[in-house]
Formats: sequence, C-alpha cells, structure tokens
Amino acid sequence: MIEYLIYAFLAINITFNLLGSIALHRFPDVYTRLHGATKCTTFGTIFAVLAVVTHALYRLHVTGDPKYLQMALHSFVALVALLLTNPVGAHAIAKAAHLSGYKPARAVIDAYEEKLGGEEE
Amino acid sequence: MIEPVFFYAALIISIGAFLAILRILLGPTVPDRVVGVDTLNTLVVAGMVLLGAAYDRTIYIDIAIVYALLSYIGTLIVARYLQGGLK
Repeated sequence: MIEYLIYAFLAINITFNLLGSIALHRFPDVYTRLHGATKCTTFGTIFAVLAVVTHALYRLHVTGDPKYLQMALHSFVALVALLLTNPVGAHAIAKAAHLSGYKPARAVIDAYEEKLGGEEE
Repeated sequence: MIEPVFFYAALIISIGAFLAILRILLGPTVPDRVVGVDTLNTLVVAGMVLLGAAYDRTIYIDIAIVYALLSYIGTLIVARYLQGGLK
C-alpha cells in the first residue's frame, strides 16, 4: 500500500523536474527561463525528498534499524537547505542580469527599469 | 539492497540534467548559462538524494546537503560578478 504513495511522489518529482528543464529550452529570455526552471525544479525536489522520507520511515517501521531514521532526518535537512537557498539565488541572478543590461524579450512594460529611473531623477 | 524505483527515477532526472547542460552549452548570453548551472545544481541535489535511497547509503544525502549550500555560494558569487562587483 505504501509503495503506491512512493510511486505517486516519484511521478510528481519526475514530471516537474523534466518540465523545469524543458522550460529552459521553450522560453525566450533569461527572466522567463529563470521563472520556469527555478519554480518547477524546487517543487519537484520537494516531492523527491518526500518519497525518500516516506520510504525511510517505512523501512524504520519494518526493520527498526536507526540508520533509516538518520536517512529521513538528513534528507529533510537537505530539503530545508534547498528551500532556503534556491529563491535567494534566483533573485540574485535576475537582479544581476537586469543590472548588467539584459532586457526582457518582447516585453511592453519594464516596471523595474521605471522604478530605477524614477529614483535617479 | 537496491531499490530499483529510486534508481530509475534518478536516471530520468539525469535526462533533465542533460537538458540543463545543453542550455549551458547553447546559451546565447552569460545569464542564460548561469540559469542552466542553477537548474543543474538543483537537479543534482534531487538525484543524489534519490541515489542515497536507492543504494541505501546515508552518506550520499550528506553530500547533497553540502552540495546545496556550496552551489548557493557559487551562484551568489557569479551574480555579484555579473552586476559588476559589490554595489
């Protein structure tokens, strides 16, 4: 019974990670690529870690080996590290790309540029 | 004991990592390549956690934690370099 839960988590993980890496090739410029790739891969990795935690807790329940408790806790720590650092890195890339002069493709309104211009004047 | 489901999931995730490497090689501008590297880092962390479950080794998951933190520092440094130093 618990295998089907793990299969469902792994299916969501594979779907969203592949969608994230396909989004790198289907979007026109840096900002939309960042939007697709970062959100999809972060959401997919949450479900990869959930599958591993479910598997480890089930093995702990069956065998009683404390190695599996360690595996569950450490993969949860990896998830927390990824969730804290991934949005900050994406924000830094987007800000650096805009400051170094790469404009959004096919954009009509660039609100960040207007805000920067208003501050300078 | 090898759990085959986790191993196949990690194999399919490595296809996504190959697509990210393709974006790093093809990317027309420098920030495109940085976005590819960031995606590759996240996919490597996911694949390493899955391989840790597949081969029943907790040490792989510890390496995934360290890799996530170090790749974050690398992304921040490259972004600082792109926007022209400390402003």
